Amino acid sequence: MKKLMLGNEAVARGLYEGGLRVASSYPGTPSTEITECVAKYDEIYSEWAPNEKVAMETAIGASIAGARSFCAMKHVGLNVAADPLFTVSYTGVNAGMVIAVADDPGMHSSQNEQDSRHYAKASKIMMLEPADSEECLSFAKKAFELSEKFDTPVILRLTTRIAHSRSAAEISDRIDNGLKECVKDPQKYVMMPAMAIKRHVVVEKRIKDQIAWAETCEFNTTEFNDKKIGIIASGICYQYAKEALGKNASYLKLGCVYPLPVEKIKSFVNECKKVYVLEELDPFIEEHCKINGINVIGKDEFTLLGEYSQGLIRKVILGEDVDNVKTDLEIPGRPPVLCAGCPHRGLYYALKKLKVAVSGDIGCYTLGALQPLGMVDTCVCMGASVSGLHGRNKANPENESKTVAVIGDSTFMHSGITGLVDIAYNQSNSTVIILDNSITGMTGHQDNPTTGKTIKGDPTTAVSLEKLCNAVGIDRVRVVDPYNLKECEDVIREEINTPEPSVVISRRPCALLKYVKHNPPLKVNADKCTGCKMCMKIGCPAISIKDKKSVIDFTQCVGCGVCTQMCKFGAIEGGAK
Amino acid sequence: MQTKSVMIVGVGGQGTLLTSRLLGAALLNSGFEVKVSEVHGMSQRGGSVVTYVKYGDEVASPIVGPGEADLILAFEQLEAARWLPYLKKDGNIIANTQKIDPMPVVIGTAVYPNGVLEAIEKTGVKLTSIDALSLAVEAGSPKAVNVVLIGVMASKMDLPKETWLEAIKQTVPEKFLEMNLKAFELGYANK
Repeated sequence: MKKLMLGNEAVARGLYEGGLRVASSYPGTPSTEITECVAKYDEIYSEWAPNEKVAMETAIGASIAGARSFCAMKHVGLNVAADPLFTVSYTGVNAGMVIAVADDPGMHSSQNEQDSRHYAKASKIMMLEPADSEECLSFAKKAFELSEKFDTPVILRLTTRIAHSRSAAEISDRIDNGLKECVKDPQKYVMMPAMAIKRHVVVEKRIKDQIAWAETCEFNTTEFNDKKIGIIASGICYQYAKEALGKNASYLKLGCVYPLPVEKIKSFVNECKKVYVLEELDPFIEEHCKINGINVIGKDEFTLLGEYSQGLIRKVILGEDVDNVKTDLEIPGRPPVLCAGCPHRGLYYALKKLKVAVSGDIGCYTLGALQPLGMVDTCVCMGASVSGLHGRNKANPENESKTVAVIGDSTFMHSGITGLVDIAYNQSNSTVIILDNSITGMTGHQDNPTTGKTIKGDPTTAVSLEKLCNAVGIDRVRVVDPYNLKECEDVIREEINTPEPSVVISRRPCALLKYVKHNPPLKVNADKCTGCKMCMKIGCPAISIKDKKSVIDFTQCVGCGVCTQMCKFGAIEGGAK
Repeated sequence: MQTKSVMIVGVGGQGTLLTSRLLGAALLNSGFEVKVSEVHGMSQRGGSVVTYVKYGDEVASPIVGPGEADLILAFEQLEAARWLPYLKKDGNIIANTQKIDPMPVVIGTAVYPNGVLEAIEKTGVKLTSIDALSLAVEAGSPKAVNVVLIGVMASKMDLPKETWLEAIKQTVPEKFLEMNLKAFELGYANK
């Protein structure tokens, strides 16, 4: 049966059909839906782990215990999991293990544009790259077989356009061979120098075997048409090339991007007159060709930046330009914004009044960097708000009362806690604000260790942020309601001025959560409104100015009342008070 | 059949994703090969969003580039103008007359241009503008804007009406079905 499936959904289906038994992931766009879809199959144990390192280690343990296992993450998540990655390459697997990593060329929802293919080469782990949902399903399924055949984890690499596109995929039944026997084998699984030295030998032999396999494997295919132009591509770039060039070019499609074949590429290039390597981001395949003395065109003509498209290929290879229409209007940009009713808004406004520098982090609240709030000074990676603040304050202790960190509940559990331990242990008078909206927000509402619910929505232990902060040595832990501007401002002022490390928990569930009850929309009383625009300073998308008076969009307003507190004339009416 | 390209554009939170899924389902049920490319993550938070739907005998790339779209369905005026360069010169564009100020306009660092629809019309493309919000309210809920617009889109595409009604029945919860069918008809009638 054929079904229209999201790439991520198809990966989940392939894993299910391939007998997956244990899955552990941390959410990250564009990889999140894989694990959400895996969680719908009751035959599979699935979970959200606190971070990607824990997720990968859980999958390693499950594989050694004899269960086919899986973990998923976005490209930057693989950095967090890099430590186990490099050594699971040495131990290999017992039951098959698959790692999905989703790159984000064009940075639709990421802080960088890294190319995860380098990880496959650096850790010497096989990497497959599907080009549509059908392949997402079949590659995921076959990855388990390859993992067991070569005694290695297998990485499945996706990019945003594969992960988040829907196309038809053929589904079939699940094959579950049960748990494999788990035999104690310290030579294979205890990686200390004496054993690891021998395992490195095994890894190098495995790569040689895989290169030989890659010369003839079913994942790398050629299609000969007109031979004036030859295209070497994998993943989404293959689709762009097919659309741009059709039968006017020949194709070598590489479904296995590491390790790459040599002879297969050579013979393809020899058949064609002019050969292009089409790959987004880095010249990974191109460099492989050039090291092996194969003459191809790549980054000399194609960009290292962002996403490719059929239009780009037509322009560069065929010299064709687009003929289209434009208006002469000046069109203002539309950046993403904090939603109407977002609890982060009130907290950021309080910070703005306090004129502090804000060490920021990864999540919806990074949007506090944009105007009119403009209150985030730094954003590097998950957890860096807390440790970055510590470094800032150690560099310049005089500024301790003028700096804070902001970090979400999920991000705090992911990697904020270790930074807080550093603050307590090495005593910087830092103030860390945990924006506890009871959910992992930006990735589309996933539960986490603080929400009291598992990935399947079942009740479980919830980490108490207060007790956790106390336990690592933070005595001053305060809780505020971010809908209450005065309370936020007063409490944070007190904490930044107290010469002691402290945590302020800004607690209010995400306004988009289904269980959150909204108040009726607020209204502006035009007779009272003076058009002073104070209410515009909080950057609520539901408020705008029409005919010099504020108006509130009833379709967006959730009656949070933050704007009511901004108005000195009592012009914003309604809502529960 | 030559591959056809549709773009659904709007503001994050307006229901463009659901619309593209419904269109994808309707096309798949009609026997086409279909690819739908969606946007998840950050831009869903009130940013400019676009989804691509492509169909035909064979579809390679899931995305639509400048000058390639046969039809653009815009949930908001400014977004219609923003994505207009993606339309073929003889393409169809459907624009909801609703205006949503982007944050740079709200805070006064940019201006929402006047005469957006007139400027689009002047380029010679086929424009259908419609006040979908009022029709949605007439149907029973402002949330039905997307289904009103699906109705307008259906009137511009050559799929049988039953296919659309079937796709709505498959996608919409039972208790909202009657209201959504009414919203569809209001959009469909507005040729």
